[in-house]
Amino acid sequence: MDEPAATDEPALADEWAADAGSLAEASVESMFREERGRLLASLVRRFGDLDLAEEVASEAIEAALVHWPVDGVPAKPGAWLLTTARRKAVDRLRRDQAYAARLAILQVEADRAGPVPPADADGDLPDERLQLFFTCAHPALPAEDRVALTLRCLAGLTTPEVARAFLVPPATMAQRIVRAKKKIRQARIPFRVPGADELPERLPGVLQVLYSIFTEGYAASSGPQLQRLDLSEEAIRLGRILRRLLPAEREIAGLLALMLLIHARREARTGPDGAIVLLEDQDRGRWDRTMIEEGSALVVAALTGGPPGLYGVQAAIAALHDEAADVTTTDWPQIVALYDVLLALAPSPVIALNRAVAVAMRDGPQAGLALLEELADEPRLRGYAPYPTARADLLHRLGRLPEAAAAYREALDLAGTEPERVHLLRRLESIGTPGPDGA
Amino acid sequence: MKYMLLINTTAEAAEGCSVEDWMAYGKAMKEAGIWVSGYPLADLTTATAVRVGPDGERTVTDGPFAESREILGGYDVIDVPDLETALDWAARCPGARDGGTVVVRPIADFGI
Repeated sequence: MDEPAATDEPALADEWAADAGSLAEASVESMFREERGRLLASLVRRFGDLDLAEEVASEAIEAALVHWPVDGVPAKPGAWLLTTARRKAVDRLRRDQAYAARLAILQVEADRAGPVPPADADGDLPDERLQLFFTCAHPALPAEDRVALTLRCLAGLTTPEVARAFLVPPATMAQRIVRAKKKIRQARIPFRVPGADELPERLPGVLQVLYSIFTEGYAASSGPQLQRLDLSEEAIRLGRILRRLLPAEREIAGLLALMLLIHARREARTGPDGAIVLLEDQDRGRWDRTMIEEGSALVVAALTGGPPGLYGVQAAIAALHDEAADVTTTDWPQIVALYDVLLALAPSPVIALNRAVAVAMRDGPQAGLALLEELADEPRLRGYAPYPTARADLLHRLGRLPEAAAAYREALDLAGTEPERVHLLRRLESIGTPGPDGA
Repeated sequence: MKYMLLINTTAEAAEGCSVEDWMAYGKAMKEAGIWVSGYPLADLTTATAVRVGPDGERTVTDGPFAESREILGGYDVIDVPDLETALDWAARCPGARDGGTVVVRPIADFGI
């Protein structure tokens, strides 16, 4: 771990070497998730077309599955994949000149003769994903397509996984991704990082996409597994790259801080049986102190030198939680004040809901409940499980047990993930009121 | 890559910018060597609509009348490398200000 330039590729190579016999059973998507995004970005920059890049990236990965178990894993798997994919792309364009003309790909020969790109800090290929990020998050694309495309192209998710993240049928998601790629190609949305003057307009879109990847990894909105650490770490890693590339952008520091400060609690967030453990019940000794320190330092960077941003303020709230010894000594007045800042920046019933919970911690459950009741008619909180859950918790604390049980049942009907359901069922049982089936 | 900039204006937008603004915009496009074609359109009240029915009969009507506040006031076709550049030119168009909208549409390419 102390090696100065730990690379992704040797880890991948080790994995292959250690387990070459079970290649057939290995999940190709997950093994190559990391490689795929880098490969795509490099190919897109060279050939300017996402469809062609995806096609030859898949072919190169298939070729690796055939050759690596026989010939051994190459020293630089990423470079091997890119070379293989480029060769396939050049072949394809030579064979199908009409296709080449349609893509207006003129730089094929130049590409073949062109210099090998300089190696990245980790010794293999340079990371060219930033420009792909700006393309995938381009405002000319519908908002829903931006996250879908980024998850597909950069996080390396399969279309069904992206579909699950959005709670839509896979066919619907496939159509959405095809539509987005068609617009990029036909309207010719460029693959490039915006200039300094465009950046303030374009960066929030990329940050939004990153945070969506993080939350997708952190709490899948449905299905049996609550946490998907791989995606959260991918989002954090991409956040670090962004921070390195654009160090003056304080909201990048804010977003990275927020992700780190939430991710620091990952070990304590679920019990051995996979059920959710609430913040107040978590074993804070299992929180990742190094990550908290890094996140807290970034909060300072995010909130210094200009007006506060949405991510910076949310990160400051997360830092107050992470730095407290327990829930009673948490600085709730400061948290309520930060929620007030957030509400001023971006009024939202979800933020108001969180503020009400913080007020309940500061002033008692009755005060929090009164604020929650004010939000009862908010259309955006209808069908949103955290609302009845928060109400149930406060009613529980006030000893209004039948009402609390009713609110827990309401939340149960809305809860998406199995761990959420298990958690709510336990709360319901702790009240000692019969469940909906009369058991 | 050719794009058509459809300049949708409102009454306020039309008042908001001067003839000089439009002339400067047109001159800038021509000097940049990206301008392909384009015209301002006469007032919507001068428009006439033609429809041909299944029996081949021709119907000519006055209009169409504006269904929204914005009406198509003109267009330019420009030839630029990518959408980003087209959007930059659209943003410089006087018709994009004061409540007007410039819609950028790639020209269809049916070549093989």
